Amino acid sequence: MTKNLRVKSSEYIDETNRISFKFNGKTYHGFKGDTLASALLANDVHLVGRSFKYHRPRGIMTSGSEEPNAIVQVNPGTNRTEPNVRATEVEIYEGLEASSQNCWPSVEFDIGGINNFLSPFFPAGFYYKTFMWPASFWEKYEFFIRHSAGLGKSPTTTDPDIYDHRNVHCDVLVVGAGISGIMAAKNAAKNNFKTLLVEEKNELGGSTIYENNEFNKIDNKAPSEWLKKEIEELKNIKNLEIKTRTSVAAYHQYNYLLARENLTDHLEAKDKTNKIRQRLLKIRAKKVILATGALERPLIFNNNDRPGIMLSSAIKKYSEFYGVACGSKNVFFTNNDSAYESAISLYNKGINVEAIIDIREQSESKIVKKVKEAGIKIYWSHSIVDTTGYKRLNSISIMKLSNDGTSVTGSKISISCDCLGVAGGWTPAVHLYTQSGSKLKFDEEKKVFLPNQNTSEQISVGSCGGDFKIDEIIKNLNKKLKDTLNINETDLDSIKVEIDQENSKRNIWLLPSDKPLGKTKPFVDYQNDATAKDIKLALREGFRSIEHVKRYTTTGMGTDQGKLGNMHALGIIADTAGVKMGELGTTTFRPPYTPLTFGTIVGRNVGKFFDIFRRTPMNDWHVENKAEFENVGQWKRAWYYPINGETMHQAVQRESKAARESAGILDASTLGKIDIQGSDASEFLNRVYTNAWSKLAIGKCRYGLMLNEDGMVYDDGVTTRLGENHYIMTTTTGGAANVLGKLEDYLQTEWPELDVYLTSVTDHYATASLCGPNSKKILKKIIPDLDLSDENFPHMSFKEVNIGSIQCRIMRISFTGEHSYEINVQASYGKDLWEKCIEAGQEFNITPYGTETMHLLRAEKGFIIVGQDTDGTMTPIDLQMDWIVSKKKYDFIGKRSLYRSDTMREDRKQLVGLLTDDPNIVLEEGAQIVSELNQSPIEMLGHVTSSYFSPNLKKSIALAVVRGGKDMMGKKLFVPMENKNINVTVANPVFYDEKNERLNA
Amino acid sequence: MFLINCPYCGERDQQEFKAGGEAHIERPKQPTELSDDEWAEYLFMRKNIKGVQFERWNHAHGCRKWFNMVRDTSNDEIKAIYKMGEKPPSQ
Repeated sequence: MTKNLRVKSSEYIDETNRISFKFNGKTYHGFKGDTLASALLANDVHLVGRSFKYHRPRGIMTSGSEEPNAIVQVNPGTNRTEPNVRATEVEIYEGLEASSQNCWPSVEFDIGGINNFLSPFFPAGFYYKTFMWPASFWEKYEFFIRHSAGLGKSPTTTDPDIYDHRNVHCDVLVVGAGISGIMAAKNAAKNNFKTLLVEEKNELGGSTIYENNEFNKIDNKAPSEWLKKEIEELKNIKNLEIKTRTSVAAYHQYNYLLARENLTDHLEAKDKTNKIRQRLLKIRAKKVILATGALERPLIFNNNDRPGIMLSSAIKKYSEFYGVACGSKNVFFTNNDSAYESAISLYNKGINVEAIIDIREQSESKIVKKVKEAGIKIYWSHSIVDTTGYKRLNSISIMKLSNDGTSVTGSKISISCDCLGVAGGWTPAVHLYTQSGSKLKFDEEKKVFLPNQNTSEQISVGSCGGDFKIDEIIKNLNKKLKDTLNINETDLDSIKVEIDQENSKRNIWLLPSDKPLGKTKPFVDYQNDATAKDIKLALREGFRSIEHVKRYTTTGMGTDQGKLGNMHALGIIADTAGVKMGELGTTTFRPPYTPLTFGTIVGRNVGKFFDIFRRTPMNDWHVENKAEFENVGQWKRAWYYPINGETMHQAVQRESKAARESAGILDASTLGKIDIQGSDASEFLNRVYTNAWSKLAIGKCRYGLMLNEDGMVYDDGVTTRLGENHYIMTTTTGGAANVLGKLEDYLQTEWPELDVYLTSVTDHYATASLCGPNSKKILKKIIPDLDLSDENFPHMSFKEVNIGSIQCRIMRISFTGEHSYEINVQASYGKDLWEKCIEAGQEFNITPYGTETMHLLRAEKGFIIVGQDTDGTMTPIDLQMDWIVSKKKYDFIGKRSLYRSDTMREDRKQLVGLLTDDPNIVLEEGAQIVSELNQSPIEMLGHVTSSYFSPNLKKSIALAVVRGGKDMMGKKLFVPMENKNINVTVANPVFYDEKNERLNA
Repeated sequence: MFLINCPYCGERDQQEFKAGGEAHIERPKQPTELSDDEWAEYLFMRKNIKGVQFERWNHAHGCRKWFNMVRDTSNDEIKAIYKMGEKPPSQ
């Protein structure tokens, strides 16, 4: 038994295209062009949701993105479901389903509604005050609070849609396609500015497109007729791009704006697939013209939130644009002339208007006279003191307002109605303006915040700039356009405008009731259920800053960011505290203007595109040979190569033994490589490394340690002298980019006199590291001509040779303590080289090993890994690496810091080896180390940094940093774990082959 | 998101740049001759001005060149950009 409230055909509604959709499981019909809100209203459905705190029934309030109440779950239970969508913005399509949120079991009967009757117990700050004691109970409270609160439901399956990002550059960006935006865009484009016009709705024209007030004329035409002609002309203008369904979410500094373009949300499911759903436009504009319009304000009175109570302007739009009557017995409540326009709009369509309640004493405007002539009853100087109707408004009571507007007098009149339009004046939509960093000023006369100080090249035109009447809009727009675009004439010069001049207004932020405030519910923030009472309570409790009041009462903190009620909140605070609104300021408007989907934000950076990853030239071989991978920086590195179902531990033990007993091979291509050339290259290395480089012979390699200026170890690696003025430096895998950046910094800013050039060649070379006692024999097979004797090719030296026709650089260096070679070839030959080594090594059972085995082998030798055994607080002295710090060099990066009182302390944490008393227990990395177990609290001496079971030593080994550890050799310490205390002994960190005999084995 | 006029490449998005802290702090030529306090002054002490500040920036994802910027931290207005080694503009 649904009523049809479609009143008169509208050109924006295609009545030949009937669409069925479901709301809360019930099927309804609407037409192409309808929003979910207009279609529901046409079916006489006002009750669409429950409020957040008191679960009060709520209806559709607005016709735009500022909607606080009608937020719904779209397509529930599907993989395209989306919560918190404004019904006023959803364009209906065949098969659309939507449901109410924040109600259980249904919007008609919601258990949480009991909160409404308990509301005296839920004042502002209720949760803060109640659930603080005892503090330990918070976890228990939280469980219940989280279940009873919350708006919609997040999707639980993968989003099937595609999202996109696009960079856009333009000379002029116009935001909003109302009358001001259209005229601004038209004139900008005509004057050869590359112009982009964006509009959040699917139709151009803003509210002027349905403005048929007979007293307003542009060039002797109704504003709507005139604007339609202008819009028609836009199509022929070059340099102009128009994007509808595109909402600017953020306006950052330097005219950088983010906008969401909605491409498929209005389409049926079958038309959505394989198309981009939403696109994030990253717009950099030379000039920005904000034409974002104004939002109508509600009025704050007792029980002002019932379904059926709407903004007067919304009622007008539903009637004029969608051809829908929001009620059959309409009443308006106003403080200005706007409501009269809505009333006449309904009257002209034959919709019943019962009365207009006006808090002003009178108005002499033409439109008011017209209402009088129409026989609509006007109650001057009256205010609504209460409303009734639980799920739908059914009556209002009004009383005479005192002269000062603070109380009501006389007898109460009750008026029966099913729809109430409220008109509290207009608030310029300055949200984007302030996001840009620009500053507002309060206009005492108009009671609005207006743009004042711009931080970038931008103007605010039309009602967002404070011009509400068409003649003001055209006049000021013309002037602003000429100034900002630097042009002499515009299309606006010759426009003639006639308007209804009267513009009186009486502003009362909080309207009185016959009941004391404590017994009333005048809602300020509908979505968060904050009332005027809550705001006054916050002030009584001592909150003064608007930002504090906002957080305490949650006013303006909903998904709508309080677009409707924020001004009233400020007004009530100002009135109560006796300060001027201009001095109070506003809360900060933050992006996004309306909520964005996560899809829009991440664009195509999902799944394997979430982050960049890098693969070595040998990667395919690792994959084919079933390697497990680990992420090191952005690199995918082979971690270990399990065979026959081995666990990681088993694989690593096998790999580690093989590398020491015969031969192993590691893909070391990820190490950072920096090519250093120039006549001052040696001097440069002297300054950046702790040791001396001048005397390094050509063809020799040297290990270097790099510090930060604070003396802490930053990176390490082997650098080879390729020529007189030519070196190649290797860095850690993760540190490569930062090391290059740091070196460039010193070169460019501190030592510009040095003749040195740095080039990153990390990706240019692939590196296979061949190690073990048989590595020499394998290399000999590959390069028979090369003399591999210790005399010709000793440890820490370099040869440039050919393998077949492939040029390669071979360094005889070792990170495992074994005799080993690092073979570098041009990256494209990397896999060939690797396969050659594997083939040649076949007879020696060459074993590929991954990063885990590499870590184990180097730990056996006590070699550090920067970033694992160090953490930015370790000096070379702390690492017991005094040998690498030159005493002779006058200066190097970090040298002076090694002599600071703090870095010279004896009790700093120092690197030591640890052996467990039970050789089978492997310590956990990160485990704490103590010397006493019976202390309370126990003093922590340090922690384990690296720990492995060594298959070559057949015992557990660990590296650790321990306070004063250098002098603790042989000392017994403890590692307390959850269930046991592990006894350990401090040892030399070099566990294996202390004399380095294997390097030349 | 700033629009930064790299002195070598022209106007580029802030994403391409890295901020490098306060400008015009010269590394002492003879660090070993400094007292702990003097060295600490160089190493740790930085201004954090609300207002006009001299900063180092690096076109990290571009030409990799370092340059200086004068920026008002209260409204992020970039007042001047100049190359390393050039004199800062007088205020």
